[in-house]
Amino acid sequence: MSVDLSQFIPSFLEESFEGLELMESGLLNLQPGDNETIHSIFRAAHSIKGGAGTFGFDSVTDFTHLVETLLDEMRDGRREVTNADTEILLESVDCMRLLIEAARDESDYDTEKVAQTSSRLAQTLGNEQLTSDENVSVDKVGSESATGFNIKFVPEHSLAKTGNDPLFLFSALAELGSLTIHANTNELPALMDIDAQELYLSWQLTLIGEVDEEEVKEIFEWVEDECLLELTPIDNKLPQEKTENEPTFQQENTTAPAIDETTPQIQESQIAAANPKSADEKATVSKTKAKTEVGSIRVGVDKVDSLINLVGELVITQSMLSELGNDFVMEKVERLNSGLEQLLQNTKELQESVMRIRMLPISFAFSRFPRLVHDLAVKTGKAMELVIKGEQTELDKTVMEQIGDPLVHLVRNAADHGIEASDIRVAQGKPEKGTISLDAYHQGGNIVIEINDDGAGINRESVLAKAVDKGLIDANATLTDSQVYDLLFEPGFSTAAEITDISGRGVGMDVVKRNIQALGGRIQVESTLGKGSTFKVNLPLTLAILDGQLVKVGSETYIIPLIAIVESLQIDNKLINRVSGDMVLYRLRDDNVPVLPIYQLFDLETECIEIDNALLVVVEADGQKVGLMVDDLLAQQQVVIKSLKDNYQQVAGISGATILGDGSVAMILDIPGMISMALEKAQYAQKFKNGGDSVKAEVCI
Amino acid sequence: MTKVLVVDDSNSIRDMVSFTLKSAGYQTVEAKDGREGLSKAQMDGFDLVISDVNMPNMDGISLCTELRKLAAFKFTPILMLTTESSTDMKMRGKAAGATGWLVKPFNPEKLLATIKRVVK
Repeated sequence: MSVDLSQFIPSFLEESFEGLELMESGLLNLQPGDNETIHSIFRAAHSIKGGAGTFGFDSVTDFTHLVETLLDEMRDGRREVTNADTEILLESVDCMRLLIEAARDESDYDTEKVAQTSSRLAQTLGNEQLTSDENVSVDKVGSESATGFNIKFVPEHSLAKTGNDPLFLFSALAELGSLTIHANTNELPALMDIDAQELYLSWQLTLIGEVDEEEVKEIFEWVEDECLLELTPIDNKLPQEKTENEPTFQQENTTAPAIDETTPQIQESQIAAANPKSADEKATVSKTKAKTEVGSIRVGVDKVDSLINLVGELVITQSMLSELGNDFVMEKVERLNSGLEQLLQNTKELQESVMRIRMLPISFAFSRFPRLVHDLAVKTGKAMELVIKGEQTELDKTVMEQIGDPLVHLVRNAADHGIEASDIRVAQGKPEKGTISLDAYHQGGNIVIEINDDGAGINRESVLAKAVDKGLIDANATLTDSQVYDLLFEPGFSTAAEITDISGRGVGMDVVKRNIQALGGRIQVESTLGKGSTFKVNLPLTLAILDGQLVKVGSETYIIPLIAIVESLQIDNKLINRVSGDMVLYRLRDDNVPVLPIYQLFDLETECIEIDNALLVVVEADGQKVGLMVDDLLAQQQVVIKSLKDNYQQVAGISGATILGDGSVAMILDIPGMISMALEKAQYAQKFKNGGDSVKAEVCI
Repeated sequence: MTKVLVVDDSNSIRDMVSFTLKSAGYQTVEAKDGREGLSKAQMDGFDLVISDVNMPNMDGISLCTELRKLAAFKFTPILMLTTESSTDMKMRGKAAGATGWLVKPFNPEKLLATIKRVVK
């Protein structure tokens, strides 16, 4: 049983994936002669290889060895950095990722791809390197055992200056068998001439035991250049009994020479652990797996320190308050108030600090795009470059993980549909190389990510024609620009004349929009024909906390996400427009907004059922505006979202709940859900009415 | 207690070396590259230094050269942890004053066995 290192696998994996990213971005920016970059790429590969070897991920080790060899040649200047080499290395990075993932999940991988890449790597390297490694292990086997050795050891005078000490060498030898030592003091100079830093002794050693010559040589491995070493095997002149008695003991010693008397506790625990070995191993494997699924966050020490600091302050405030409470008299009310004030401050800061832990710079999400754009440029044959701005903008980890795919789709879209071929660009007086830019910044409690291209822009007419063709809109409909762009996000819409393998992968822009909405965000499009397009993604900073408007309906308090609110207004009687049935429209400038009384939707009792007295909160989702009729507007505040699904069950029209300051529970309204609920209700009522008519008609007949 | 300075830019390797040494009763201090290793060595004495070769800022060979210039590290064993088993690398290490080398992949038993050759 050995020292169990499996607990380090997750951190190795994390480090390896970081290393791969570093290699990838390094390779993408690699200029010939940029030695620092080659060095850092080399180091990343080197670390992966080293770690993988330790954990027995042989497929990773073997493959990475090839990569490392190629990089080593580049590093030493033996090989020029060519584009072809960079491409192979990029592919190799992909393969390494596959292999490491396979090792992590104990699953299969695309062996064909790895085999292809590794043979291309081998070709690039020239085949001679592949065979040299194998010989090393072979010649070790041939070494002979003997019953012992006479060893003559004459070190150079300067031996100690490399940190070697003969004493330790001898004690290591003594572990192999029984050792007798004779020091030779002949060369010892007169006391006057002795330099305390020099070594003047030499030794004659006799080692008895069944020992391999290799083992003895290994002990002297580090000093062999600095000494005269003569090994003479001892023939079987020694009494047989000795060698017969020893073997079992010797055998043990050679397999586990690490253990000696000074560390008995280790030996015991190792032996104890050796028996339930298989069960133990299984347990660690499953533990490791669970860990990788849970995922981890790297947090700067400063963030943790500030947390500890804040908790300290909280504890102080708490003890102060509890002391106040012990024998409270009204005179102390002022101190109580200031204590509570302090508590509020502490809690707020603590909350912010905890939130900051989940915040990561968006460069984590952006890091894959240089490679993506590089690959897209190769695939489409268009010249383009990627500009990334604001990569230090911080975003919640969960949001970051989920925004990755939609962003990839948008960037693909820009490369495929946006950027034109070079000749067209030149003809239009644009730079030959197209530019796609990614920009992230904070804007009023939200994060905005812009995907911008300087390509063709969106052709309004062709979008319209296509939408009419697909039956999405009426041929005579007049639409504003933004309404036209919204058509891009309709299910089943694709503007490319033919679906290419880049952006047309069955995942449409509708899915992009849905994913963004699921995160509580929204997407907007701006475009100028011939100049380019901008897709603007608006996201909440975090999913755990929400800026909400508290509203009152009857005795209930509801929370409307601030991001959904367009405006809130006092209802003006003259602008109310009652259409057939229960439908009420409210004229809001150029729009007619359907009014949705919350009390009706949730069957609540309220005195405020007259629309004239109510307040209207106009909200927007899916490009649809509705006015929510509420009794009163209360405060705006940040609320912590508690999942309804985890605590109770999913309820239509409600996205979650929160606990208010007075301890009561308030529901958070799911605006898109409510709108579709209202629409369904209206349609159902319509159908029911129509159905009723036709029944009547039949009866008449 | 025997005190070991472990220098490696890879977190996991550093953790593993440290863990192995600690489990055998050694005391360890970690550094993430040669520069940090050197400054820790300047502040404190060590009985053994184990260092990676390839590191940013200051590589293991330079660290070794620098350490040997310090009076306190004149005789301190310095082991290079390397995947490169080529004699060329070993010669460079020796020339810089390294005591010996440990070849990766890193194996805990082997590590503990080999450092016995240079420290208690």
